[in-house]
Amino acid sequence: MSSLSLAARDWSTMLRRNLLHARRYPSLTLNLLLTPVMLLLLFVYIFGDVMSAGIGGGGADRSEYIAYIVPGILMMTIGSTVIGAAVSVSTDMAEGLIARFRTMAIHRGSVIIGHVVGSVLQVLASLVLVGAVAVAIGFRSTGATAVEWLAAFGLLALFALALTWIAVGMGMASPNAEAASNMAMPLILLPLISSAFIPADTMPGWFQPIAEYQPFTPAIETLRGLLLGTEIGNNWWIAIAWCVGLSALGYRWSMALFNRGPK
Amino acid sequence: MTNLAIAAHGLRKSYGDKTVLDGIDLTVPEGTIFSLLGPNGAGKTTAVKILSTLITADAGDLHVGGHDLAADPQAVRAAIGVTGQFSAVDGLITGEENMLLMADLHHLPKHEGQRTAAELLERFDLVDAAQKPASTYSGGMKRRLDIAMTLVGGPRIIFLDEPTTGLDPRSRHNMWQIIRELVADGVTVFLTTQYLEEADELADRIAVLNNGKIAAEGTAEKLKRLIPGGHVRLRFADPAAYQSAASALREVTRDDEALALQIPSDGTQRELRSILDRLDSAGIEADELTVHTPDLDDVFFALTGSTVPSQPNEPKEAVR
Repeated sequence: MSSLSLAARDWSTMLRRNLLHARRYPSLTLNLLLTPVMLLLLFVYIFGDVMSAGIGGGGADRSEYIAYIVPGILMMTIGSTVIGAAVSVSTDMAEGLIARFRTMAIHRGSVIIGHVVGSVLQVLASLVLVGAVAVAIGFRSTGATAVEWLAAFGLLALFALALTWIAVGMGMASPNAEAASNMAMPLILLPLISSAFIPADTMPGWFQPIAEYQPFTPAIETLRGLLLGTEIGNNWWIAIAWCVGLSALGYRWSMALFNRGPK
Repeated sequence: MTNLAIAAHGLRKSYGDKTVLDGIDLTVPEGTIFSLLGPNGAGKTTAVKILSTLITADAGDLHVGGHDLAADPQAVRAAIGVTGQFSAVDGLITGEENMLLMADLHHLPKHEGQRTAAELLERFDLVDAAQKPASTYSGGMKRRLDIAMTLVGGPRIIFLDEPTTGLDPRSRHNMWQIIRELVADGVTVFLTTQYLEEADELADRIAVLNNGKIAAEGTAEKLKRLIPGGHVRLRFADPAAYQSAASALREVTRDDEALALQIPSDGTQRELRSILDRLDSAGIEADELTVHTPDLDDVFFALTGSTVPSQPNEPKEAVR
């Protein structure tokens, strides 16, 4: 077998190990799903009437607010689910098992690649679940074409990859699971100060830059445009630039920490 | 001359200004058990980590399985199996899944991997627990699974870093048996331990590591000869008997407080009889007689104690 196919075999072995963990212990992933689902229900059913009055120049009804909030909730689902990757990477790195992997003639990065691919697949599964809840409470896209749906999926997957790499880096940098979970907290807090729940231009002026110049807002605005036909503008390439940049950063960070050797 | 499984010359490693390994030489012929012995913090684990490619040395000409550690660590990895000090099993999956994970990582064909896993689980008495998560295993079971995982790829050189630390006596003896069986199959074992009994029991050759240097190296027998210490100890209850025994026997070391006498002796039947004969002819009866042969504990304390010179001036025995 060529070295590439041997490496691919190690990646798939490590991926199967991570998926086995996720299947054996689904509670971590499901717990992380609770936050976006609870926020979706809270904002729609409890705050929905007030919130909807505040968007679209007033007078919007609850179903319009559902449409507004779902793209943000989907992005938040990504931020929330990748915390699981940070936790499981840091747990893994604290185990003697990683030392064993390091002394075996396997592809060096396969442990991390297994975590990354496994996490992206978990995020996609989570998106399907949260998306199903959104549809169940009345979310409908407004005339999105097949290409737009495809682009929406692509954007979600790319964003998932980017945040996963960052989360893996956080997991590598954390001494234990608690620290990893704390360090990854911003990934679930950032969407709260993005345009996920209210338009950025309704926020206080001094705060607007914080909402605008962060990865969630352009990604959410692009997804909103693709599914609901709102104005995308230059958000799409800013979102992609964020994704590529965060992926590259997370990749370099994770690999550097991994190659630095055992703690 | 036998091929060397492990050959290290001038192995050096320091962390900051703390020198952990100060240019040590180690040679382990194929198919033998080599034991690195030393107190906590002597650098045993560091030596294992370096030789098993986990960390890099600062200096030294290092070969494992005939491969240069610095130039071709991946070839070294293909030849070795490592069981570190801390359990290296995946606690979230079952024992059997752990074994199959190893089989996959060694790129064994599926059926061969399953056969190897089943054989090793059987050999290490883990069949009943094979379907349970490894996190539910006892310490001894985890250790056995750990070693079983190490053996999946059929490594020719195995590093065991304190394999019996924390095990109960029965598990410890089981582990010794496992290690002996490995060597019977021609595998080379590099073992670290803080139990002298263990090194004495298992190792063909022992090196005592102290303060980053090899304080002594050789067979257990040779190490024991490094220090004097074989003696017979007689203890008396009656001070008068003690005094007359001390004058009746020559070459005694007196311990007046304990009313005990030490007579240098190799512990043979002949020497014991002559001591007893002399006591009999003087009409003295000792209350207690013990024979003390030097054990590795004596060697260990002599070599690693701060009051004793740490470097006996012994030429290193040539490698066989």
